[in-house]
Amino acid sequence: MREALEGSQAIARAVSLCEPDVVAAYPITPQTHIVENLSKLVADGDLHTEFVSVESEFSAASVALGAAAAGARAYTATASQGVLLMAEVLFNIAGLRLPMVMTVANRAVSAPLSIWNDHADSMAVRDSGWIQLHAASNQEAVDTTIQAFRITQQTELPVMVCMDGFILTHTMEPIDLPSIDEVRAWLPPLEFDRQLDPEDPRSVGMLVTPDFFPEVRHSHHTAMRKSLEVIETTDADFAQAFGRASGGLLTVEGDVTARVGIVAMGSTVGTLQAGMAHYAAEAAGPALLIKLRSYRPFPARALRDAVRGLDTVIVIDRAISPGMGGILGTEVAAVLAGMPDAPKLVNHALGLGGRDIPETIYSDLLAAIRDPDAPAFSVFDADMEKLPPEDR
Amino acid sequence: MIEYRIHGRGGQGNVAAAYLLAAAAFQAGWYCQAFPAFGAERRGAPVAAFVRVDTAPITLRSQVRNPHFLIVQDSSLLQDPKITQGLRQGGAMLVNSTTPETEVAGQFGCRAVCLDATAMAIEEIGRPIPNTALLAALLALTDRFPPEALATALAGRFHGELLDRNLALVERAAKAVPKAAWAKESADA
Repeated sequence: MREALEGSQAIARAVSLCEPDVVAAYPITPQTHIVENLSKLVADGDLHTEFVSVESEFSAASVALGAAAAGARAYTATASQGVLLMAEVLFNIAGLRLPMVMTVANRAVSAPLSIWNDHADSMAVRDSGWIQLHAASNQEAVDTTIQAFRITQQTELPVMVCMDGFILTHTMEPIDLPSIDEVRAWLPPLEFDRQLDPEDPRSVGMLVTPDFFPEVRHSHHTAMRKSLEVIETTDADFAQAFGRASGGLLTVEGDVTARVGIVAMGSTVGTLQAGMAHYAAEAAGPALLIKLRSYRPFPARALRDAVRGLDTVIVIDRAISPGMGGILGTEVAAVLAGMPDAPKLVNHALGLGGRDIPETIYSDLLAAIRDPDAPAFSVFDADMEKLPPEDR
Repeated sequence: MIEYRIHGRGGQGNVAAAYLLAAAAFQAGWYCQAFPAFGAERRGAPVAAFVRVDTAPITLRSQVRNPHFLIVQDSSLLQDPKITQGLRQGGAMLVNSTTPETEVAGQFGCRAVCLDATAMAIEEIGRPIPNTALLAALLALTDRFPPEALATALAGRFHGELLDRNLALVERAAKAVPKAAWAKESADA
């Protein structure tokens, strides 16, 4: 049923529809409302789960790890410093190939202290071995959350659903939530073969000697590559059941005659869509908008197909790797390398630490590629006037 | 698309006002989007919230820079000349104030309606929270969504006696402003 809901409230309801056995979370801005709403659902008797209030994100992730190892459907949510405090456990969850779902309400990482949105937090655990899916709207965040529980069961890879903090978590908009019966019919019960069982004891998290470590990593990488197909088919199957898709691995929209493509993740896509609708007929001209949903695993082939024939690809990063540049941009460059007639790549970081991204960004980005002196990477919306000359 | 910006001070229910306005528009069959100017909201600090409504899905996620309508929940914010920044040509502001409307309109060079929403709220709900009265006045002025849409939105947020008192408050506030005075601006948006 369609309702006007705040993003966080909708996520809590979506998680509740998936009937997790264990929820363990520690509140942090801008994830707080998700945990508050889940806690309220439990208190009101609408969600029957083991809700574990913990004293830190490290414990939240640890409780979820233990629960998942015991065969429970486990969930947590965090952001920013919380992701970093969880980092050690996140690598363990993925390395142990435990199924679980986590929402990241994407937020910048200190210092300087910022409570506002960018992608530095989930990027910091990019290599932890979790699947990372980015939502461009609250509807996508809700639908992707439900899909995540199925993907994680099928792949035995933990899934992180990334949604822009505040921009999505704190925005009220119309959201269609399925009924619990519909979700029950679509999401099979969790059956985890390796679950801890006193009747059939086994060890988890043992030392792996050099005799086996490379094989473990190889098989994890292989599982991640194979999950590309699972992510795509799960979204297609969801669309068949619920009448809407969340964008598979990536989606392409816009004018097929365009010579320029823009690659972006998360809520920035919506603003670019609005800008494209507004300005494509004007001086800015048309573009292809490529919405990347699956960041890990990285859909290299789908991305090559999407940009083939373009003159220029603009990649928007909501994070920066100081000393290198954009993170997504660097990865797209790696994917384009060796491609015959690869498009020219331009990479910009945008909206770091919550800098508002205006609708005019669409035309500004397209205008910038006409400047022959433009750098290959920039913090696009940084105001150089605010910096001493030596830092510009 | 109609865009609104709500200014107030932390504790006056600015985000609640934005959510209620969006929920009312949703009840009336519109697409809606409401969000706060994200920050560490502190009681008394100047804060803002944004609302968009449209007949088509809304994808734009930036802050509202060029609102059609402004709600100012605290008259002390009129000291800030930037309060009307970006207000569209022909736009209008609704202010919780006892200041004469002509004075506010003259100060900012736009149409203005003033309503003593705080006094009304104290009388009806016993608390100086002006948001629901101002929303009712805005709906009456713009005449875009029926008052029942706001009543339904309020029922989604309040219950029991507090709901009843708020319903009485919004009915009174709606009658206190000239009905459909901004209907043309609202229809043109």
